[in-house]
Amino acid sequence: MTVDKKAGAKKPAPLKKPRARKAATKKPTWDISDVDSWGPERHELGATIIEAGNSVYNETGGWRSMVPEIDSEKCDGCMLCYFYCPDASIVIEGGKAVGIDLEHCKGCGICARECPTKAIVMKIDEKE
Amino acid sequence: MAPIDTEILAVTGNEAAAEAMGQIDPDVVCAYPITPQTEVVQLYAQMVADGKVGSEFVTVESEHSAMSAVIGSAAGGARTMTATSSQGYALMWEVLYVAASYRLPVVMTTVNRALSGPINIHCDHSDTMGGRDTGWIQIYGENHQEAYDNCIQAVRIGEHADVRLPVTHMYDGYVISGAIGPLQMLTKEQVQSFIGPYHAINPMLDTEHPVTVGPFDGLHGWYFEHKVAQNRAMDRALKVIQDVADEYAELSGRQYGLLDPYRLEDAEIAIVVVGSTAGTTRMTVDKLRARGVKAGMVRVRAFRPFPHAAYAEALQHVKVVGVMDRADSFGAQGGPVFLEVRSALYDCDPHPQILPFIYGLGGRDIFPDNIEQAFAALQKAAQSKKRSSTERRYLNLRKD
Repeated sequence: MTVDKKAGAKKPAPLKKPRARKAATKKPTWDISDVDSWGPERHELGATIIEAGNSVYNETGGWRSMVPEIDSEKCDGCMLCYFYCPDASIVIEGGKAVGIDLEHCKGCGICARECPTKAIVMKIDEKE
Repeated sequence: MAPIDTEILAVTGNEAAAEAMGQIDPDVVCAYPITPQTEVVQLYAQMVADGKVGSEFVTVESEHSAMSAVIGSAAGGARTMTATSSQGYALMWEVLYVAASYRLPVVMTTVNRALSGPINIHCDHSDTMGGRDTGWIQIYGENHQEAYDNCIQAVRIGEHADVRLPVTHMYDGYVISGAIGPLQMLTKEQVQSFIGPYHAINPMLDTEHPVTVGPFDGLHGWYFEHKVAQNRAMDRALKVIQDVADEYAELSGRQYGLLDPYRLEDAEIAIVVVGSTAGTTRMTVDKLRARGVKAGMVRVRAFRPFPHAAYAEALQHVKVVGVMDRADSFGAQGGPVFLEVRSALYDCDPHPQILPFIYGLGGRDIFPDNIEQAFAALQKAAQSKKRSSTERRYLNLRKD
């Protein structure tokens, strides 16, 4: 949920450009920014998540051990990585893959596996 | 207020429970038949087929599926009920915990029957006693009337804002489920106004407010906090069970409590017992009282949450308490009820001696003579200067 500030955890690399948000997506009204400190009474019954789409606003890729690296020169714009990515983390600009949303990419490697031009390779995600 | 319809019906325990379900008329019933609960499901299916209730009846291929469907239905926002027994209850095991931890106030009728093996279809309390830590509220009934009354009260208890937990109410297989006994019913209108409309919390079918039910709690998440919240709800349920019972008494004229004491005020020896055997025990208490023996009894009603303070208050003046368990906890110091009662009385100073009795496993008959034997053992312990052994005493067991 919130960014883990423990030693060793790396701040996600900033995107080249902020990821385009859908116009319809509203800012979350369910404030869980201090959820790390919530005692038993603060939580929703049964751990229900009461607002849809809130992962957009939370880092969910913090436990990644591998990270995709994109060589946009090799990208032919087939969009397979974009379609296959389970976390919608491929950033497309001008019809080509140009970057990864590292707040949400979990390093599964499907994009690298599917890329027909080998424009994506998986690297070890070195933590500081 | 006296009940409107005071006609006394002769019904089986299963008929009593099915009638209660029919008057509750839940949105959804998902159930699988199993001896000795089958009649409940059969009668309810008939009510659905005859259009007497509006419930969606979901037939499933097993009890694991029944409880899973119940969870889906309840999470969707429907008032949901089911019924089971014995192996069916055991097959629900992992999903029982899920229903409780999702805080879904479903109501289940459980007809108590032994667990295999050797395979046995008769009454004991092994099934639900084994499930005492699943997070379900457990209310044990004594007779046909309670099979009906507890079912109706269970709806209010589980759905209460301070509780929001699943509730199972039980009665003894065959002894109650299949035997004919007396029942006084309320009208459906009375039951409907008593239980009121169902208020779902964060239901999945509210598509304007989409939610995720049952998410992974993270690698270092809030499981611990959620478990503590569940236990606090259990603690709060004690008051709710009593409040609902009091309100039900105004409607029906029948008063229930967290436990059911009998002739305890000046008792020197007393037995704690669960379910239908309470009737035989009460009769034995009267017989002993006529002989001048100061005998008393407590019948267990709420077992989860266990009203330990109420037991301490009810029993602390008694010299020797015998706890009769119709289930055993293998390798423990005694049966499940013994362990609870002994723990509840530990902080009383002085506290009574508490002796464990095991009886009725796999439907073994329990005769008045057996209960007199138990009282005789308590009397002997009360008169002895030494503390008695707390080894299990078996009633009506064939000797080696």
